[in-house]
Amino acid sequence: MLIRFLKSFPSISYKLFLLIVFLLTPFVAFSAGEKIDYPKQKWSFSGITGTFDRASQQRGLQVYKEVCSGCHGLRLLAYRNLKAIGYNDDEIKAFASENNVNTINDEGEIVERPARPSDRFVSPYPNDKAARAANGGAYPPDLSLIVKARPDGANYLHALLTGYVDAPAEKKVPDGMYYNKYYSGNLIGMPQPLYDDGVEYADGTKATPEQMAKDVTAFLAWASEPEMEDRKRLGISVILFLLLLTLLSYFAMKQIWAPIKNK
Amino acid sequence: MSKSKFKNPVVKWIDHRLPVFSFMDHELNHYPTPKNLNYFWNFGSLAGFALVTMIVTGIVLSMNYTAHVDYAFDSVERIMRDVNHGWLIRYIHMNGASFFFIVVYIHIFRGLYYGSYKAPRELLWILGVLILLLMMATAFMGYVLPWGQMSFWGATVITNLFSAIPVVGESIVTWLWGGFSVDNSTLNRFFSLHFVLPFVIVGVVILHLVALHRFGSNNPIGIDVKGTQDTIPFSPYYTIKDLFGLSVFLSLFAAAVFFFPNFMGHPDNYIEANPMVTPAHIVPEWYFLPFYAILRAIPDKLGGVLFMFGAIAVLFVLPWLDRSPVRSSQFRPIFKIFFWILLLDCILLGYLGAMPAEGIYVTLSRIATAYYFFHFLVLFPLLPYIEKTKPLPISISEPVLSGGSTASAFAAREKK
Repeated sequence: MLIRFLKSFPSISYKLFLLIVFLLTPFVAFSAGEKIDYPKQKWSFSGITGTFDRASQQRGLQVYKEVCSGCHGLRLLAYRNLKAIGYNDDEIKAFASENNVNTINDEGEIVERPARPSDRFVSPYPNDKAARAANGGAYPPDLSLIVKARPDGANYLHALLTGYVDAPAEKKVPDGMYYNKYYSGNLIGMPQPLYDDGVEYADGTKATPEQMAKDVTAFLAWASEPEMEDRKRLGISVILFLLLLTLLSYFAMKQIWAPIKNK
Repeated sequence: MSKSKFKNPVVKWIDHRLPVFSFMDHELNHYPTPKNLNYFWNFGSLAGFALVTMIVTGIVLSMNYTAHVDYAFDSVERIMRDVNHGWLIRYIHMNGASFFFIVVYIHIFRGLYYGSYKAPRELLWILGVLILLLMMATAFMGYVLPWGQMSFWGATVITNLFSAIPVVGESIVTWLWGGFSVDNSTLNRFFSLHFVLPFVIVGVVILHLVALHRFGSNNPIGIDVKGTQDTIPFSPYYTIKDLFGLSVFLSLFAAAVFFFPNFMGHPDNYIEANPMVTPAHIVPEWYFLPFYAILRAIPDKLGGVLFMFGAIAVLFVLPWLDRSPVRSSQFRPIFKIFFWILLLDCILLGYLGAMPAEGIYVTLSRIATAYYFFHFLVLFPLLPYIEKTKPLPISISEPVLSGGSTASAFAAREKK
């Protein structure tokens, strides 16, 4: 009886196996993710044809500059990179020169000079220790890779920026900590950064916290993956080429094998 | 025959003195291959392709990479941002590692299913396991190079395993690190070894091919080739089939590289290594997860290490553990069922390796680990005594061709 059952098994085992693999895949793929549920947004840059929204990115740069850059660096980005989000050389030059960088002059003294487009974004603190000291021991992370460095980064960042609510009565919030419903453990060292009209958008868009969070996330998503648009564009051509190659090699194979298969 | 083989006078002149062209003609063109190979036989050449891809992209990456704790992370980001198409090279290399393992794992399970490890192909199989071991060492050290959080902490966890060795463990770990923690000297030696090991792999792959070509490929029904009626020349039949397989493989690979480049990576590795901050979960790359699950399933550190390495070690002696003279699972009804159970077991171990080591996951890991070793150490040797195998066909050409003639394949080829 048992043997009979086992013998009937192989035919279905293959399908059963595939089914289980399919069912397991999402668990394995997202196993490392956060347990907290946060809302999913519609992003112009998601999907295989998604691109960045230039206007949103430029507003995001403004939010970064006026709100985030007080504490958070963006050290992997150079001012010249801003060309990719629609600024011209003069604008970039002017934007860069608002910051100062240290240099050594011909007399060997350390002096300050205005930043150039070729310089990287100037960080707000000279080093990690200074950053910690100025923020009550909490380290404000550099934002260059922040969207790539968190699971489901864009949605998470947006949720975090809009997740400041009053703490529930039973939750004790110590001094220098803030309650955020999307942060792991709910206690975050960063005070709520975005308030209504925290910035004044040049294009007249109403600066709600929701809007600012979307814009700065779009900007930082680009900062994390500046190659994304090129990558997807090239990807589509490469895939089309490969599908054609697959098709041609399939028919070539069928033709070459015909005498073997048919005789 | 060798006199009139080549028309080009230069080729002829060289071949007379250095018969490389004859060698290639013999091994890649005329090489007689069983005519009944299925698509699972594509994965050997795909693995070779993946290896070459990794070496080529790796050499280009090394031209732009800086192996120093202060610069490694930034030099990788410079490749991603400032080197022309650096992101492409790096994503190919990064995803290439995963795809290399996918291909090799399928290749190994193909060998298990069709009994390709059995006499006279034992050394072929053992060389293959050696390649797997070298690949794992190479991949592990490669993952350390970007110097992200997972790089650093993965290196710390894995190198610390050696401290489980009694008496000399601690000294060995210090020796491996080149210091008292994972630091600059560790990164430097890992870079050096990550660069050189792929060429060692190439060497073993060449031996693997020499061993393969001694008796030729196994085939889905697992019986020996009886004569020329059972084989066809490698070219054009298997060159075109390999090209088709390669196109399918490349399409999937390109989809990952261009549209989901970080799907198989870990977000924490985009945070620069920080010895002062330990990530919440330290997880190795997916291809190590089954072994990681075995390591954690054993409550004793040394035991865990021994079982983890044992999981590979049993593969080395596999040809002698399996006592059945029948190669292919097609004629082994019970073995076939257990093959699928083993595959599920390995996938389950992979899943458990990604889960935190607590509660039900620990229990399941132990059961899955126990089954893994039961399969190889108990089932393989004992099964032949219980199992009644199905009758084997007389030759390859009979079940495949109803009225096929012996020389038809060669005749068809000569016509072109």
